[in-house]
This record gives sequence, structure tokens and C-alpha cells, in this order.
Amino acid sequence: MAGKRWQTLVFPLIGDNPLTLQILGICSALAVTTSLDTALVMTIAVTCVLGMSGVSVSLLRKHLPRSIRIIVQITIIASLVIIVDLVLKAFFFEIGKRLSVFVGLIVTNCIVLGRAEGFAMRNGPLDSMLDGIGNGLGYGLVLMIVGAIRELLGHGSLFGMQILLPVSKGGGFEPLHLMLLPPSAFFIIACIIWFIRRKRPEQVEKPEFQVRLQTQGEQK
Amino acid sequence: MADSALSENPIRALLIALGVALVCALLVSIAAVGLRPYYVANLEAERFSRLGAILDALGEETGPISISDVEARVVNLDTGGYNDVIDAATYNQRKAANDPSQSTPVPADRDLAGIKRRANHAVVYVVRNPDQTIEVVMLPVWGVGYQSALYGYLALAGNANQIVALRFYEHGETPGLGSRIQDPEWESLWANKEIFDESGRIAIGVRMRSGADREFQIDGISGATRTSMGVDSLVKFWLGDFGFGPFLERIRRGEA
Repeated sequence: MAGKRWQTLVFPLIGDNPLTLQILGICSALAVTTSLDTALVMTIAVTCVLGMSGVSVSLLRKHLPRSIRIIVQITIIASLVIIVDLVLKAFFFEIGKRLSVFVGLIVTNCIVLGRAEGFAMRNGPLDSMLDGIGNGLGYGLVLMIVGAIRELLGHGSLFGMQILLPVSKGGGFEPLHLMLLPPSAFFIIACIIWFIRRKRPEQVEKPEFQVRLQTQGEQK
Repeated sequence: MADSALSENPIRALLIALGVALVCALLVSIAAVGLRPYYVANLEAERFSRLGAILDALGEETGPISISDVEARVVNLDTGGYNDVIDAATYNQRKAANDPSQSTPVPADRDLAGIKRRANHAVVYVVRNPDQTIEVVMLPVWGVGYQSALYGYLALAGNANQIVALRFYEHGETPGLGSRIQDPEWESLWANKEIFDESGRIAIGVRMRSGADREFQIDGISGATRTSMGVDSLVKFWLGDFGFGPFLERIRRGEA
């Protein structure tokens, strides 16, 4: 049983990663990964919201009328996000300012609603919490990798600590400004997806349709 | 799933929705009230860092100015004179604005900034030259933008006719649009603008149209017309008779 619970927690890290397998939550991943500290704070915020919304939705799952379940889930998620936002404003004011709207937009992050509807509605509170935390960490893992690459190549630093000295300060490193623009996150996430699917071919999706080659001289 | 038929009952659905909404509202309210002191302390720190930023920008031209060189004074907005009875360190202008005994209602036709009540006193920060004339004075200003109140400091040169800087330290405008009032690029547009034209009329302002009077007008932020106009009105209001007008008059006469 403990092994199964552990599986619930770690399976979303790579095996069922919300970003690389389900391709959810891409928008926020582009926006908050220009530096590692914002990526870390966003990870913690999303993980908290996912864990707590998992528990709350799971506790209510037997009493939720099907007709209004989504709106109740969103109400719960939105309240949790507001609370997380208030905590950030109180204790992480500077980083909270840099994350700006993206904390509020966790409400519309497909991962959160997806786990509430797809998992917490069918499983117990403890499992749902672990699933939520696991998915939050899976999301965070990709965020941290992307954030590290973008901050290192874009600013030459990690967590704000200068590692590569840029040319402007007398070093030999030319910052890659593309890395600070949103498209670079697309490229990096695509590379991560390619790498994972290369290692785990079972994640590769089957093409939805096959293009039939027309051979010359073929006639009906 | 014996109770599934029961849970489809509309009255039950309504009660559950109501219950969830109540619990959520309660939790959010507790968090908002409980965390407010921390948030307010952060805003206070932000206010000081914005004041410090104005001083730093000044220091680049005239040599470093530390926050201890700055003199905090309480100004009576009606007479324009200093009030030395009220302690500048503890006076809270925002609280005073809501207290009928410490504030004055602004007539609707004069209320450009949309603030409804104006506190009778304000804390200004003065930096003096070695000969005791005013080098820079920083005035607290506030008004209504698009969807929030904007709080900032307007720094004027000692002649009371030239803007040194306008810095907002608190607002709730749309990120990426109205929030650009805090962009260094937009802030820099305000530096060295004249306030009054030859006839003594307040000419400074924000314009959304091109071809604005470059001498006195600042380009508005496209996509944030209401915020830009809010800034325009609050600057005009606080420089006018109902704001710091009498105080500026005293500065011009060399009495401040």
C-alpha cells in the first residue's frame, strides 16, 4: 500500500509529467522561467494549490452534484490561489511582484483543474493530496530545468549569483538575449520532451492518421 | 453510489454550493485580514525605497544624498504653512483622509483626482541646499486610476516650477498596461518638465494624442488611457489650489 502511495507521488515526475506528457500549463511555464527564483516560487505556489485542492475536492467528491461540480472545483481552487497570493504579498513581496498576474492565473492552469476533475473526484483525500503534490513537483521539475537554462544562458547567473561573467563586466560570456524571451522556453521544453520520449518510447503518441502514399499508376 | 440520486436534488445542490462559497469566503477573509499587517509593512518599505530611488537619481547629479539629510515636515494644505505640532513620523495621511475632523470634503467639480476627501495635512520631504534654500521637495500624491488608487511621490525642484521625478509606489493597475506607470522609461519622461505656463496656469499633464505640447505634456501609455488620465488628473489636482498650491506659493516666495 505504501508502495502504491509512493507511486502516486513520483509517477507524475517523469512517467506522467503534466508538462511533458500531458502538455498542460505551458503558458505559465513560458512566463515565469526567466530566472530560477521566480520558477521556484511558482513551483511552490502551484504545488501548494494542487495539494490542497486535491484534498478539498476529494473530501467533497461524494456530495458534489455532477451538474455543478466544475464550478465548485473552480471556487475552491480560486480561493486557494487568492490565499497563496496573499501569503506571497506578505512574505515574498519582491518575487510576488515579479510573478505579477501569473500567480492569479494559477486558477486557470489546466493542471489544477485537470487533477481535481481527473483524479481527486475518484480517489481518497490522502491519495489526492499526494497526486496533487506529485504533479506540482513534476511541473516544478520542468520549470526548474527551463529556468536554470534560461537564467544561466540569458544572465550568466543562477539564483541571481553570477556564474559566468558577461562581457559588459569584463568577462568572456556573451549573454544570449533570446533566452530571456518567451519562445526560448518553447524550444527548451520541446527538447526536454524529445529527450524523455527518446528514453521512454512508450510516451510517444501514435499519429492520429496515417498519410497514405500514392504509388504511381495506382488506379481504382 | 446510493446517494447520487440524492445529490442531484437541486435544493441540495444549491445548499452545497452555498456552503462551499461560505467556507471559501471565510478562509479568504481570514487570510486577508491576518496577513494585512505584513503586507502593509512591505508597502511601507516599498514607499521608502521609491523615495530613496528619487534621491539616488538626484545624487548622480549633485553628489550622494542620504535619507537622513531629508527633512520630513507636516504641511497644512489650506494655508500652505508648516505645522510643527503634528509629528511627521506618526502622522498617517490615509487615516486622516477618512476622519471627518482631520479632513475636508472635496467639492465634486474640483475633485479631479477622485479622492472625495482630502486630509488637512500632508507629510512632505525637503532636501535643502547648503544655503538653506530648497533643492528638492517631495510631495505625496494620490488619486484614482483605472481600477485602483495610485499612490506616489512628486518631486519638485526648489523653484516649485520644475518636476524632478514622479514615482508611484503602490497601485493595482493591469499588469503590463497600467502598471507601466512604474516603468523607468515612462518615469524618465517626467524629469525636468515645467509645470506652469507663462500665465501661471498648470500646463503639465498627460496626453493620449500625438502632437501633444511637448514642452508641458507627457505621452500617455497606449492601452492604458484611463490610468494615464488618472495620473494626469491627480498631478493637476495636487499641484492646484486644493492640493499643494498654497504650499508651492510659499516656496516661490522663499518662505518654506
